[in-house]
Amino acid sequence: MNMTDKEEHSGNKLSLLKALLKILPEDAVLHEKEDLHPYECDGLSAYRKLPMIVVLPDTIEQVQSILRLCYELELPVVARGAGTGLSGGALPLENGVLLSLARFKEIIHIDPKRRIARVQPGVRNLSISQAANQFGLYYAPDPSSQIACTIGGNVAENSGGVHCLKYGLTVHNIQQLKIITMEGELLSIGGSGLDSAGYDLLALMTGSEGMLGVIVEVTVKLLPKPERAQAILAAFDNVVKAGEAVGNIIAAGIIPAGLEMMDKLAIRAAEDFVHAGYPLDAEAILLCELDGTNEEVSEHVARVRDVLHQSGATEVRTAKDEAERLTFWKGRKAAFPAVGRLSPDYYCMDGTIPRKQLPRVLKTMAELSIEYNLPVANVFHAGDGNLHPLILYDANIPGELERTEEFGGKILELCVEVGGTITGEHGVGIEKINQMCVQFNSLELTHFHAVKAAFDEKSLLNPGKAVPTLHRCAEFGAMHVHKGELPFPELERF
Amino acid sequence: MSADLSQQLQQRIQHAYEAKLALQIVGGNSKSFYGRSVAAETLSLAGHSGVLNYEPTELVITARAGTPLKEVEALLNQNGQMLPFEPPAFSEQATIGGTVACNLSGPRRAYAGAARDYLLGCKIINGKGEILTFGGEVMKNVAGYDVSRLMAGAMGTLGVLLEVSLKVLPKPEMELTRLFNCSANDAIEKMHAWSQTPLPISATSFHDSVLSVRFSGAAKAVNAAVNHSGGEINEDAEKYWHDLKEHRLDFFNTDKPLWRLSLASDIESLALENSAADYLYEWGGALRWLKTDSPAAEIQAAMEKIDGHASIFRHTDQVNVFQPLTPALMRIHKNLKMAFDPHNILNPGKLYTEL
Ligand SMILES: Cc1cc2nc3c(=O)[nH]c(=O)nc-3n(C[C@H](O)[C@H](O)[C@H](O)COP(=O)(O)OP(=O)(O)OC[C@H]3O[C@@H](n4cnc5c(N)ncnc54)[C@H](O)[C@@H]3O)c2cc1C
Repeated sequence: MNMTDKEEHSGNKLSLLKALLKILPEDAVLHEKEDLHPYECDGLSAYRKLPMIVVLPDTIEQVQSILRLCYELELPVVARGAGTGLSGGALPLENGVLLSLARFKEIIHIDPKRRIARVQPGVRNLSISQAANQFGLYYAPDPSSQIACTIGGNVAENSGGVHCLKYGLTVHNIQQLKIITMEGELLSIGGSGLDSAGYDLLALMTGSEGMLGVIVEVTVKLLPKPERAQAILAAFDNVVKAGEAVGNIIAAGIIPAGLEMMDKLAIRAAEDFVHAGYPLDAEAILLCELDGTNEEVSEHVARVRDVLHQSGATEVRTAKDEAERLTFWKGRKAAFPAVGRLSPDYYCMDGTIPRKQLPRVLKTMAELSIEYNLPVANVFHAGDGNLHPLILYDANIPGELERTEEFGGKILELCVEVGGTITGEHGVGIEKINQMCVQFNSLELTHFHAVKAAFDEKSLLNPGKAVPTLHRCAEFGAMHVHKGELPFPELERF
Repeated sequence: MSADLSQQLQQRIQHAYEAKLALQIVGGNSKSFYGRSVAAETLSLAGHSGVLNYEPTELVITARAGTPLKEVEALLNQNGQMLPFEPPAFSEQATIGGTVACNLSGPRRAYAGAARDYLLGCKIINGKGEILTFGGEVMKNVAGYDVSRLMAGAMGTLGVLLEVSLKVLPKPEMELTRLFNCSANDAIEKMHAWSQTPLPISATSFHDSVLSVRFSGAAKAVNAAVNHSGGEINEDAEKYWHDLKEHRLDFFNTDKPLWRLSLASDIESLALENSAADYLYEWGGALRWLKTDSPAAEIQAAMEKIDGHASIFRHTDQVNVFQPLTPALMRIHKNLKMAFDPHNILNPGKLYTEL
């Protein structure tokens, strides 16, 4: 930044600060550098930027006023929940306002009869289930980050969890939203019933990564807690066999509540970390949870055990009690931090593939791992084909982060090639923006931009995230010629 | 039968775009009564048919939009699977594309989800004749905005569906239905009390002092559930739920406007003037069919107060078939329509006059 830019920047900042202090109390506006640091990144810490100003409103009217002000001043705004996102979605802009929803922490109302909860966006995912527990109800989507992440962030990312094979993603478990547009208008989306009139804006908002509107209230659906849950752990001497076992369980007509796979490196990491009793000699383990009524679970446990044996499992263990069930899961839920102990840094990928492509994808990943000389641990929502390869690296070694990102990019492109997607649940953010050019053509991307413009004409909400510009794709395409074809041939090259 | 007509369809739409000529999109013409009428040349999808990909263990089926719904359902049935949202067909000719475009779901909807919940991806032609693909054939996909779900219920106004990919599920091993004689308020109480327990309920309905409850799942679980619930056995349950879904029950045999009300499930009664109104409940109370001559404005105003949505399902010549949108929401709808169909040629006015 040259001198005049800098002066202009601080001049802008000062007048913005003044205007914001008319809307918010002093403790809700952060502008000193040391106060801004906690907001410089989300869970993807390789990308960092200090925002110009952070605001912490706690009423809908304040959010409206902030957005109206920014709309008039044409200042970009990035919404932020707990900052656990893994794709840089909440990465601030240095010339923009970071709008934290952290103070919207109230569970407004739980209606046990209709099995819904109306909550503010800053409420943590787990606290909804905790509050609903007194009624025998819970909120089904359970991302591993559920003790920290907010429901607003969950909606913005359409987050999943280990139970989404049976119970669906965020989009299947919400009924109504209140959002504020960049112009400061409060909209109610969805309704008090199950269907609503007009276009499905509820679906459009879910997974929109803070680019269409700021979510200020969420009505979630609650489910009755299952009478019983039972977990089975199966070991395999071969990853492909474990993958086939997943298909065989589904072919038997059973949809488990959760069906997770871990490979050898992930098993070892998790076992060292939480001592879940995982078999260390296995090449892969499957964790299968069955829930429902007592009778149903008994019947399904017996059938799944048979299927696993027939699929070549070397060992099949059923948790003998609730404590053991939780121990089985503890290893899986702690898999990311566990892998984090094996290496100074790790990079978590999030592609989804048609399940039958698993052997091919695992084989290619193993080859890439050798090529890039970077180990990969695999944690896999096996039931729905969502892979989380964790690439182990050391950011202190010059060039290693770049190599890791390139390797990660290759994995995502592979997912697209086999008919899958670059992101199953973590979102595109800033991280996978280049790979969007691989998954979508310029016409499709143009429509995404038009969808954004339908809500946010001036492109001020989280600009630059999730959907790449066509020029960016042309640049990326020039570097990565895909299958010998130049993407975006209609665009000029530079 | 299988044929790929996407090129011809694309050319016709390109043509219509250039000529600014409106098109009425028709699948099997099974739901032409639904929505506002469109006076325009017909674009038929019926011939564009065929299942393109179906592997039961992947739990996904992809078919061309003109594939008959019954063909899709028969194929799934052969493999012990189903479309979990139990879509109504309303005619033998119903297509899978029309099913998705209308986003209509049957009795299982409240317990399993709607058509939109099972839509994983689609290929469409927009109003400029461009072919676009959104979503895909995998269960979890958050790359880009969820444009494919936006197509569910848009009734063709944003794009002509060419192909759809849907998540499917295994059919339950057993289903049993129990009947209870009770008042409307008792039915509401019972349905809510049960829905808070893990009982494997898959459908509910109430009409004429009879509450019907269907249980689905593993045989042992269903048997245990009916032991718990009590009630009379419905021996002809499969036919009952089918007739309900297809509107073949006597209740639906009427010349009066038939309203479809989507509302909070525990509302006991609506403050409507016309006391002769006749209701049938589904979805634990969250869907109510209503036969009445009351003016649309009155019903929709009553629904607005409770954040519900009313649409006239059959027998109408009213302007507002669907619950009116607020001006702010309508603006976003119009922007979206402009983005996908700038010359307003795809089913113009089918949903709202403005779209
Ligand atoms: C250890 C670990 C495990 C994880 N496991 C899972 C998992 O199992 N499944 C899964 O899906 N994800 C997982 N995640 C990712 C992350 O937790 C989710 O994406 C989560 O939903 C983010 O919520 P947040 O409140 O932290 O949002 P943030 O990170 O603060 O924001 C995420 C995005 O949402 C936007 N946003 C946030 N709040 C709002 C709002 N109120 N209105 C509009 N936009 C908003 C932001 O602008 C940003 O684009 C994991 C992350 C970590 C660190």
